[in-house]
Amino acid sequence: MSKENENNSEDTQWPLWEVFTQPRDGKPHEHAGSLHAPDAEKALENARDVYTRRKEAVNLWVVPSNQIVASKGEDEGPFFDPADDKPYRHPQFYSVPRVSKRRS
Amino acid sequence: MKTFQERIDNGETIEPKDDMPDRYRQQLIRMMSQHAHSEVVGMLPEGNWITRAPSLRRKMILLSKVQDEAGHGLYLYSATETLGASRKEVINQLLEGKAKYSSIFNYPTLTWADVAVIGWLVDGAAIINQTMLARSSYGPYSRAMVRICKEESFHKKQGYEMVATMADGTPEQQDMIQDAVNRWWWPTLMMFGPHDENSPNSAELIKWGVKSKTNDELRQSFVDRHVAEAHEVGLEIPDDDLEYNEETGHWEFGEIDWDEFWNVVKGNGPMNKERMKARREAHENGKWVREAAEEYARKQKLSKEKAS
Repeated sequence: MSKENENNSEDTQWPLWEVFTQPRDGKPHEHAGSLHAPDAEKALENARDVYTRRKEAVNLWVVPSNQIVASKGEDEGPFFDPADDKPYRHPQFYSVPRVSKRRS
Repeated sequence: MKTFQERIDNGETIEPKDDMPDRYRQQLIRMMSQHAHSEVVGMLPEGNWITRAPSLRRKMILLSKVQDEAGHGLYLYSATETLGASRKEVINQLLEGKAKYSSIFNYPTLTWADVAVIGWLVDGAAIINQTMLARSSYGPYSRAMVRICKEESFHKKQGYEMVATMADGTPEQQDMIQDAVNRWWWPTLMMFGPHDENSPNSAELIKWGVKSKTNDELRQSFVDRHVAEAHEVGLEIPDDDLEYNEETGHWEFGEIDWDEFWNVVKGNGPMNKERMKARREAHENGKWVREAAEEYARKQKLSKEKAS
């Protein structure tokens, strides 16, 4: 048992989960916040009660917080630099002849 | 590389993994956990009236509002945890009496009219403060606030609806609602905290973009809005010095009883002991539930592992 679990067993506040809500059919899931729950099933029920009291979601994801891997903050390195010098990936980079639409 | 202050002045949002001065982190932990505690303790004065609501409609509304306050507490505890303060640590600080919560919840709810006035004045004051905090420089705090503000507007409106109904009711109802306004007006003004010159944290929080208005500025916008709403339904504000200033367009108001304010902050308000007792009991009584749920989860996991 890890040290953290031992610590929790005196008076547990349960493990931390991240909650993602899908606001409407066809939309992507978005991070809503986090919560504590003893297991996945309870995490889903708690997420419903805490984050969707006004129909904010048609679907929920819950993920143990310690399973999320994140890139570092913007002040911590050049992680996103490869995208800095590639304007040719955007349509605005190109000039092409203007073709006017003909009305039929 | 930009300095922290440059990022703030640039209007950038600070996220949990970003570099931040230790003092910024500590100030946010203090402020956000106090805010979370206030939401949770704030359930008690209104919860007192759920079983005695005058109609099923009012009972459903009040239940729903109190449930929202629990939710707000949870959004804020989670946001505080992103700064590295554990849930257990933060809750223990409240239970051990080391952390503060809003002094307004240390006043008693004597009649049903108090429930109406809390929604109108106390939630009205909270909205003014929280609308500002929704633009806070710390991302998780700001996002929790956006969510809370959306829900808070129902809280205020249901309160003002009840206030308007009682102010238009029988003479007894009118007396009851005026009496509640008389008791809650000054404590609500105290919610915004000491005058700017006596609020050492304010300047620092403004410099860091956590707050964007001072206590006195927020208090003034509260007064302007709520005096108008009181007059609209024929209620009196219990302040002899209240006067409209044509030039500034603001309502000028009397001095707050700061002795009372500090006395309540220090734990000697009418309900401080009662509120803390209720919180501690709720925590203690919930302990076996938290343990049982964790034990159940452990056993489920074990039997799944055996089966596979």
